[in-house]
Amino acid sequence: MTVHSFQEHFDDLIDREVTIEPKDWMPEDYRKTLIRQISQHAHSEIVGMLPEGNWITRAPSLRRKAVLLAKVQDEAGHGLYLYSAAETLGVTRDELYDQLHSGKAKYSSIFNYPTLTWADMGAIGWLVDGAAIMNQVPLCRTSYGPYARAMVRVCKEESFHQRQGFEIMLTLSKGAEVQKKLAQDAFNRWWWPSLMMFGPPDAESPHTEQSVRWRIKRMTNDELRQKFVDVTVEQAKVLGLDVPDKDLKWNEARGHYDFGAINWEEFRNVVKGNGPCNKQRLETRKKAWENGKWVRDAAMAHAEKRKARKMTDVKAA
Amino acid sequence: MAQETNKNEWPLWEVFIRSKAGLDHKHAGSLHAADAQMAIENARDVYTRRMEGVSIWVVESKYIHASDPDEAASMYDPANDKIYRHPTFYNLPDEVKYM
Repeated sequence: MTVHSFQEHFDDLIDREVTIEPKDWMPEDYRKTLIRQISQHAHSEIVGMLPEGNWITRAPSLRRKAVLLAKVQDEAGHGLYLYSAAETLGVTRDELYDQLHSGKAKYSSIFNYPTLTWADMGAIGWLVDGAAIMNQVPLCRTSYGPYARAMVRVCKEESFHQRQGFEIMLTLSKGAEVQKKLAQDAFNRWWWPSLMMFGPPDAESPHTEQSVRWRIKRMTNDELRQKFVDVTVEQAKVLGLDVPDKDLKWNEARGHYDFGAINWEEFRNVVKGNGPCNKQRLETRKKAWENGKWVRDAAMAHAEKRKARKMTDVKAA
Repeated sequence: MAQETNKNEWPLWEVFIRSKAGLDHKHAGSLHAADAQMAIENARDVYTRRMEGVSIWVVESKYIHASDPDEAASMYDPANDKIYRHPTFYNLPDEVKYM
């Protein structure tokens, strides 16, 4: 087959909603875009453990502690599923880590905000995981097989994350005045960054059209953001908390909530590395990687030694 | 392949999980581990946090041999015209109630 007919065959599979698998021919840009998207997602899961890890030792009860621990463990798992999916595209794990540690690769900018109070654990589960699920559910039908399968697993596990967060918010908002204040304060701080998680507006998102064509993305940033606003505003009513947006209003004609302007200047600034915790997050990851080196080397040396011993045993027998 | 250029990286393993007694092991995903024992233990943590399995197989990815997708058309074509291998190919009189 010529490159041209390979391309035609690929386009045909995409159009017929047939899944692309690692050994199938694919355009170089498709491969690159996928590696970037999947690894960004993996990095986000790994860095995303840090803001919550901050509260594991200070969870208010054993139940909350066990739940938070399980959630953070899931995030490690999700990072691993996604790194594996990226590796099927011909990039190595070490290369991916290196891209994260050198600052070349990005991760979700939301994790560069600090977790100041216990209520932040509630707001993160409810809003950040809620937004992530909104993003991830359509990706269970993405065109690249290993990615889609990883996302099915992630989505199955993720829904408890959002519910546990909502439960924390509910408990606080039904509690004493000071607890309700904590919940509202966390809501105020996490609402806007959560809306930014869907990425820049469609008009400024140059790759969206191609990605939708390739079924790497199934809905645009703005569509997902609107969906998130519509469902979350209703949930806030149940909590009895105020959405921190004075321009928020139900629009009968559109059948959606209108919401205020997002501070994209802040978004770009955090993405560039100037958020409140960018430096700290990256340094923590790098330190963990460097401090773990002797363990990785020792495990490898031990495995090789055992293998060698087995070989001599076989020869001797 | 890519693995060999990276000497320090733990080898890649493919993980297969039997979800319950009586069923086949099914491919669940992959992971890195220094040896088979570590691969099984990591597979338990990564792929069976919610009782997804009762048995785990791991095999180093480099030992998996796969058919070539570009040859799929010719590879599976001969099976296409042998519809008589399916029970629906045969007509039975209505009187035969169960078969």
